[in-house]
Amino acid sequence: MSSETLATVLFLAVVAVTIGITFWASRQTKGAADYYAGGRSFSGFQNGLAISGDYMSAASFLGISGAIALTGYDGFLYSIGFLVAWLVALLLVAELLRNSGRYTMADQLAFRMRQRPVRTAAATSTVVVSIFYLLAQMVGAGALVTLLLGVEGTWAIRGTIVAVGLLMIFYVVVGGMKGTTWVQIVKAVLLMSGTILITVLVLAEFNFNLSELLGAAADNSGKGTAFLEPGLTYATTTLKIDFISLALALVLGTAGLPHILIRFYTVPTAKDARTSVNWAITLIGAFYLMSLVLGFGAAAMLDTGEGSDVADSAGNLASPLLAEAVGGGEGTAGGAILLAFIAAVAFATILAVVAGLTLTSASSVAHDLYANVWKKGQVTEKQEVGVARIAAFGIGGVAIVLSIFAQSLNIAFLVALAFAVAASANLPSLLYNLFWSRFNTRGATWAIYGGLITCVVLVVSSPAVSGDPTAMFPESDWSWFPLKNPGIISIPAGFLFGWLGTITSREPEADAAYPELEVRSLTGAGAEAAVHH
Amino acid sequence: MSQQPENSGVHQRSAHPLYLELHETAEFAELRRKFRGFAVPATIAFMAWYLLYVVMSNWANDFMSTKVVGNVNVALVFGLLQFLTTFLIAFLYGRHMARHVDPIARKLEQRYVDEHGGHGGARP
Repeated sequence: MSSETLATVLFLAVVAVTIGITFWASRQTKGAADYYAGGRSFSGFQNGLAISGDYMSAASFLGISGAIALTGYDGFLYSIGFLVAWLVALLLVAELLRNSGRYTMADQLAFRMRQRPVRTAAATSTVVVSIFYLLAQMVGAGALVTLLLGVEGTWAIRGTIVAVGLLMIFYVVVGGMKGTTWVQIVKAVLLMSGTILITVLVLAEFNFNLSELLGAAADNSGKGTAFLEPGLTYATTTLKIDFISLALALVLGTAGLPHILIRFYTVPTAKDARTSVNWAITLIGAFYLMSLVLGFGAAAMLDTGEGSDVADSAGNLASPLLAEAVGGGEGTAGGAILLAFIAAVAFATILAVVAGLTLTSASSVAHDLYANVWKKGQVTEKQEVGVARIAAFGIGGVAIVLSIFAQSLNIAFLVALAFAVAASANLPSLLYNLFWSRFNTRGATWAIYGGLITCVVLVVSSPAVSGDPTAMFPESDWSWFPLKNPGIISIPAGFLFGWLGTITSREPEADAAYPELEVRSLTGAGAEAAVHH
Repeated sequence: MSQQPENSGVHQRSAHPLYLELHETAEFAELRRKFRGFAVPATIAFMAWYLLYVVMSNWANDFMSTKVVGNVNVALVFGLLQFLTTFLIAFLYGRHMARHVDPIARKLEQRYVDEHGGHGGARP
């Protein structure tokens, strides 16, 4: 049996298991708290696994080891921002949000502000961030799955995108947060076991000696010791500043990603939220440490030169091909099995992440825009959840269509943009709301719209969009902003807008509600309780 | 959510006077001080430490490429130290909260549940 056939069988197994889970979860889902927050009844460890499953996208699973395989140390440097970022979430956001929010990011802001403007702003940035991220995942999924299954052509890619999109809609519509969480847990377990297995096999090839592995990687890369040092990618001053800008967005963006924030609502108490982030840090940290071995292992054992499969796939095939190599090489049974297994893990990874993103957008549309902005709270839970399900269809459909037409888009910049918007629009308003009693509605809306618009304008004016051979529109040039990552300007701008909006308006109601927010967020008094069936 | 409407709509906050009362207690002031006393300096420290790493990776190439042992250079050790400090801060934060913050939080929450008539608490 070829590895493509085997991979197809494993893909179908992943689909069958996740569909089973989703049907099971749908029977446990009764009210809104079940649909949006999984009944708040997951344990800290379960949620830690689900957070890892939500966070480690195909971009980090295949992308980071691929970046290390191609650019050496700079790929590793890139991965560290994704980990350190979790400390912001742990220390400043997770527990306080668990105690003071309910279903969506907007709930936390709406706690002491005027509902409609704040919810509209927060829902806008939630949907924008999630759609950027979703597009990046789905555009990548099309190319990746066809590559792993060995099928070719535009229609195979389109077919894959539609299939992934339909599965994602199914998980979210039928299974809600419970189904989505279990899909993420299964994915995290698969991802960790696959990565541990390949890491051990790679290390065994080098007698469990890291220095030997590094030496072989440096030799085989053809770049010598420079491969083990920073600077191969970020060589010019503009690129160096661009990297700092990216690093800021990564470190501050994670704690503002709506699909990460709503995961903190799925546990019974703030203490469980803390435990879940600690587990997530452990799992994600271990995963990136293993990516280091996989990346340098691929550089040492595979052909990564110009025209090679690894280079042509921008590094995405480094891990799967490495799995094949340590399994015995092309044409061997071991190689075929490991390649198929890693391909199935990549597929599960994509499904889990896109489901989380769709659920986040659908929740925000139903709970913030429909129930609170439009109906002013005059809806039943049943109606609201019904709208969330319809919204999941709508958002999933839009994502499928956009992904089909966005096939040629450079996906790396979509992910960077999602993190930049999260850091510039969401984080300032969240932190101000939690820590500044004077903060008010105008501050919140200015921070969100100001950060969001600054980000988008800077990216549109950057060499990622025009005036560069790798840009979205390589033929035109209207760029005036030299950096591809807007964070270094847009994050301070978000904080500045939030401050400016606040001090230019008075809102005694927002000030008066701060003590309640503070007591509730720090003690859990009056916080939303877990659902007991 | 026994005493709330099906969808609490406009505001989740209760505007219950008990919150203001708890807010003014000495215990709450201590709780806030203990929480911020760890979270704020730790955040400043790890942000500075991480930015130092990024800046040095960019502009201190000679230092970063110094070999430590075998093919392992300063850059790799520095990167691995970022992992170590992240794990360490997460662990220390969890311990600090469990020892110094959670007991006060439980006490205040219990007082809220007792005086509020026993609903709406995090543990019904």
